[in-house]
Amino acid sequence: MSPLNRREFVAAGVAAGAGLVVGFYLPHGGKTGKEVFSPNAYVRITPDDKIIIVVARSEMGQGVRTALPMILAEELEADWKRIEIEQAGASTLYGDQTTGGSASVRTTWDPMRKAGAAAREMLISAAALTWGVGRAGCTAQEGGVVHTASKRRLSYGELVAKAAALPIPSDVPLKQSKDYKIVGQRLARVDTPSKVKGEAVFGIDFRMPGMKYAVLSRCPTIGGKVLGFDDKESRKIPGVTFIGKISDAAVAVVADSVWGAMEGRRVLTVNWDEGPYKDLNTAAVMESLKQAAAKKSVSLYSAGDVSKVSGRRISAEYQLPFMAHAPMEPGNCTANYQGSGCELWAPTQVPQDCRDAVAQAVGLDPDQVKVNVTLMGGGFGRRLEHDYAVEAALVSKASQTPVKVMWTREDDMRFSTYRPASLHQLSAVLDGAGWPVAFTHRIVAPSISGQKGQPGPNGIDPDLPDEAAFVYGLPNVSLEYVLAETPVPLGWMRSVYALQAGFASESFIDELAAAAGRDPLEYRLHMLAKDKDQDIQYFTTTWHTARMRGVLQLAAEKAGWGKPLLADRFRGIACFACFSSYMAEVVEISMENEVPRVHRVVAAVDCGQLVNPGIVEQQIPGGIVYGLSNALRAKITIEKGRVVQGNFDDYAPLRMDEAPMVEVYAVPSTEAPTGIGEPSVPPLAPALCNAIYAATKKRIRALPILN
Amino acid sequence: MADLTLRVNGSEKKVSVPPETPLLWVLRDTLELTGTKFGCGAGLCGACTVHVEGAAIRSCATPVSQVAGKSITTIEGLGANGLHVLQQAWIAEEVPQCGYCQTGQIMTAAALLAKTPNPSDEQITQAMNGNLCRCGTYERIRKAIHRAANGGVGAAGGAR
Repeated sequence: MSPLNRREFVAAGVAAGAGLVVGFYLPHGGKTGKEVFSPNAYVRITPDDKIIIVVARSEMGQGVRTALPMILAEELEADWKRIEIEQAGASTLYGDQTTGGSASVRTTWDPMRKAGAAAREMLISAAALTWGVGRAGCTAQEGGVVHTASKRRLSYGELVAKAAALPIPSDVPLKQSKDYKIVGQRLARVDTPSKVKGEAVFGIDFRMPGMKYAVLSRCPTIGGKVLGFDDKESRKIPGVTFIGKISDAAVAVVADSVWGAMEGRRVLTVNWDEGPYKDLNTAAVMESLKQAAAKKSVSLYSAGDVSKVSGRRISAEYQLPFMAHAPMEPGNCTANYQGSGCELWAPTQVPQDCRDAVAQAVGLDPDQVKVNVTLMGGGFGRRLEHDYAVEAALVSKASQTPVKVMWTREDDMRFSTYRPASLHQLSAVLDGAGWPVAFTHRIVAPSISGQKGQPGPNGIDPDLPDEAAFVYGLPNVSLEYVLAETPVPLGWMRSVYALQAGFASESFIDELAAAAGRDPLEYRLHMLAKDKDQDIQYFTTTWHTARMRGVLQLAAEKAGWGKPLLADRFRGIACFACFSSYMAEVVEISMENEVPRVHRVVAAVDCGQLVNPGIVEQQIPGGIVYGLSNALRAKITIEKGRVVQGNFDDYAPLRMDEAPMVEVYAVPSTEAPTGIGEPSVPPLAPALCNAIYAATKKRIRALPILN
Repeated sequence: MADLTLRVNGSEKKVSVPPETPLLWVLRDTLELTGTKFGCGAGLCGACTVHVEGAAIRSCATPVSQVAGKSITTIEGLGANGLHVLQQAWIAEEVPQCGYCQTGQIMTAAALLAKTPNPSDEQITQAMNGNLCRCGTYERIRKAIHRAANGGVGAAGGAR
């Protein structure tokens, strides 16, 4: 790319509303001290040695604002202490900015490395030109270039002007993992101090001059609509400035304060057309899954021919309920609509979807909508939706004022999108020794993407390829999917279908081991036997039974599997692979009045190269606690077309008194890094239920456990 | 509307708000102290925890008129001279993930340590059980409280 083209490249980013990316470049020298070296959209270096790295994924607690810059800084040979972080908003410069699918590190690993390496190589060239020496004698280290022979050194800042005039190399050498100085280090997260001081700005904390607050009255029944409303009482509430219908199913109350808006809504009377689902209840939904199970399935994966195997057959049916993400920060978004444009400050996992959906909703072109990404008080997939952003834009447009739309906890619980309820039919054929020779898993579930109008090929939900692999080396396997329908709004919740698939599959394998009279670990290791190492091609991912065996053995060894326990303690084990990572967990429990108490969870992961082990050690226990909440109590029910649960009393996540000790072990690896935010969720429920079976001989085939 | 004088983080603030307004919204919207968070609006999650006369209370369920004239401390005023020992411990133990609940967690822990300088695991659980964390940072919170109680030295806390 020529310098001139490069200028256009950066300028285009600004015109397209590239968040805070404001790098500029003066190709003809300009004034000394004003040049900024910006060889690509991910990094800028200033003459005073500031290195600004742009993060084009959203921070919701998973550590991307630390991990992604580490990857670039490694290749740049930067001094980590001089790094500044910028959050990109919705842009055209970074590809798909969706933050989900445990994909931030695995999909930016290459672009961030190449961006850093390109800058490094240009800075080395700039130094060599400055000194009139060959490039080969120059090395980049700790934010500068050193000429080894003469011991001269120039900082990156001193090289900015010269480097900016050089052509951008297209093919740059990348470092080998043995030479890493930043990647693999337990570096402190950049966002921690602001979060403990109360200075971190989450979406809910953003404010701007003239901003008002809105809460919405939404139709309590699924699919219902506004017929009309009486706002006489609402208008008497001090500070209420606007009341109006902003969509088919919602009336907004805008006020000078959050409390004023809430009070205005409390006394608002809305007449609802309760719509076609006003009699829907959860029992009918589960019954519809059972009926759908008889429909023709599509194959997700097939090996051998399960229909031709005879022997001892064992079958079981599992089911899971709807669940809600319930992040700590309720939904919110600030919008400022001004006729020819709309700017948003959104705690969102999908800035580009917000941009496009808002543009459509308020009648603008996408490039007239600017989306700034704030910190998120948890996401867990809830903020993969854009409903809050569209609402904010519509209310701002209707009320002609900058406005922050606020959801209460009850709004968040009742107007969410939910993890799909699902039904699982499993069967296996055991040989004379009790080993499985055929395994069938039929998943009956509605499609999240299908409901949103984006079904995958053959109706296979596009998430299933990442979340339902069966990484065991059996000769005959059939994984099948039956598309079910439901009007209940569906969303992607942490680990998505892997939770359902893992719970059913790993519980059932425990049933098989019990039927065979064998130890559950021994049983799994047999299915992953070393003399039968297999590569299993499941959609586009190649899974390795050897890596699955590695995490099982590591977790079992660290947990002391097979060694004596305290008298009242029992263990369960499970493993699962999703988002390109392998995970095994051993759960240690006691039973207290028929309620399991989880004392210890030993987790082993193979997620390739660890970018920051400290963040991995946060994410895995986080997923385990989230998974334990799901397993014990998470259940959203529908009655008369309405979500029953409303707050943290009837949808009760885990508290400190139930939180287990979690130990995390990683298989050393130099493979490219894979997902870490979600893979620890799926094994928890089956490992726990398998421990309960060990304690009680009762098999739990439906979640939640404490139903 | 009521004209009230609040004593927040050592200084007097005059506000004119409906007297039943929860303290949370006066802190966040009127006084722009947004370190105190909204989580449930029903006293169930602890994200809104502040101190009134040194005691941890849920500001989302406390009408502002009830605390007029009383000494209110928020996360912004917790460390009078720099970071409070708990904030330092939270950083040392890398407690936060999303971080949203952590200011409330720290305020609850600060009230605990003020009364019980060297709490047992049971005392920590009892004090902290009203504070939810969806990122699952509970064991690090426990370690950080032990560390703060130990004068900033990493403790062997956490084992139960």
